[in-house]
Amino acid sequence: MSERSITTTPSTSRSISGAWLLVLALALCEAPTTVIAQAADEYRTVAVADPFLEMRTGPGRGYPIFHVVDRGETIEILMRRTDWFQVRAPNGTEGWVDRAQMERTLQPTGSTISFAEADLEDFTNATWELGVLAGDFGGANIVSVYGGYSLNPYVSLEVWGSQILGNFSNGWMGSVNVVHETWPDWRISPFFTLGTGIIHTEPKSTIVQGEDRTDQIAHAGAGIRMYATRRFILRAEFKSYVVFTSRDDNEEVEEWKVGFAFFF
Amino acid sequence: MESRFRVLFLILPMAAFGLSGCAATKSLFGWGEDETPPPAEIPEGQVIEPEVERREIREPDIDTEDFEIGAFAGVMSIEDFGSDLVYGVRLAYHVTEGFFVEGSVGQSEGGLTSFEILSGGAPLLSDSERTLTYYNLNVGYNILPGEGFVGEGRAYNTALYISAGLGSTRFAGDDRFSVNFGAGYRFLLTDSVALHIDFRDHLFDIDLLGEEKTAHNLEGSLGVTVFF
Repeated sequence: MSERSITTTPSTSRSISGAWLLVLALALCEAPTTVIAQAADEYRTVAVADPFLEMRTGPGRGYPIFHVVDRGETIEILMRRTDWFQVRAPNGTEGWVDRAQMERTLQPTGSTISFAEADLEDFTNATWELGVLAGDFGGANIVSVYGGYSLNPYVSLEVWGSQILGNFSNGWMGSVNVVHETWPDWRISPFFTLGTGIIHTEPKSTIVQGEDRTDQIAHAGAGIRMYATRRFILRAEFKSYVVFTSRDDNEEVEEWKVGFAFFF
Repeated sequence: MESRFRVLFLILPMAAFGLSGCAATKSLFGWGEDETPPPAEIPEGQVIEPEVERREIREPDIDTEDFEIGAFAGVMSIEDFGSDLVYGVRLAYHVTEGFFVEGSVGQSEGGLTSFEILSGGAPLLSDSERTLTYYNLNVGYNILPGEGFVGEGRAYNTALYISAGLGSTRFAGDDRFSVNFGAGYRFLLTDSVALHIDFRDHLFDIDLLGEEKTAHNLEGSLGVTVFF
């Protein structure tokens, strides 16, 4: 079980000269490490409660185990990336430990440690949501971003901004809507929505006729939100729009979209 | 029986304290300064009140580094319009050790088409219309995470990743729906700083030169990102 220097920069490496890439590498990695050392000199410590704790060379399942910390020894938690924790052993060795092993360590108070991880309950009770969806808007492509605020698990308010990219015209759309979730505690949760906003369309530059228009819209729709993992949601929805044009007839547009979102 | 007496002993001083009036009002007006503070409530069945000073433990927060931000520069070949410098910024969020989502914004410049050069006629596009700007929203997967070894004693974490997504490209006076896919190599210089080599194809429909066609616009870039 040999100890290796993993992505750290020992001072001896300064002597390596020649390849410009290494010079660049040093210039880039010297600066941040000194900053971090000054800023965060205090780390959270936990004691190993299992017979041993396995340290890997990288934050992933496939990286080899290169060091083991025995029961009772104290480790410092340097940082977290996804479900992996970079820790420092008493002898200064740094490596990565997965969340399952970290949850079987003890805090200085003697109690077990729990690393906050979003679950299905957080999905139901989340206050804020931010997402990106794309799909078809009456034959044109549409890319949308939205932000949502939950008044309670059943009702939330959303603000949308969309870019519409069609064959004959482009445009954008902004809208606000109310969302009702009938079964917010389900992993795949259906919802219904009503809203209003404005749509702006401009014909493509290769088309001679046509003028820019800005009209009011109203929409109704339904869809599903599916809890994927951590703070991640998959979302699919259908909306039916009515565009209140200045001409004699109103336009009706159907929209299908899929995408993903985060809750927090 | 004994415990009942104990309860009685507790009730008596409490009743006396209650009769003497509201302690809060007294202290508010500066009365009752000579009064000793009321004894702490002792739970039933406990004779001795342990005098333990609770240690105030404030655990430092764990630094979570799931976001990655950085800049890139390289060469982009715009179909029919030659190759030119491309540069931009990217922001990624690592959802799991495998999956990440990322957004990127980039800009390049289209040159002259061979038709414009050969005919020597009026240019097809104005200078501002030749500027290509794109944004992309992608989903990526670290398909081959691993380590790269430099010499005998140094190991760096790396990952070969693939990513694909969609967005919009502004070129030749119009916004065009575009899709992109590609692969890249992430080389972590430290645990928080990474170098990227990325190759990507941006596709969009364009009807500028007569009939509508799907243009393939290849991009190769080098980038630096920082995790935070």
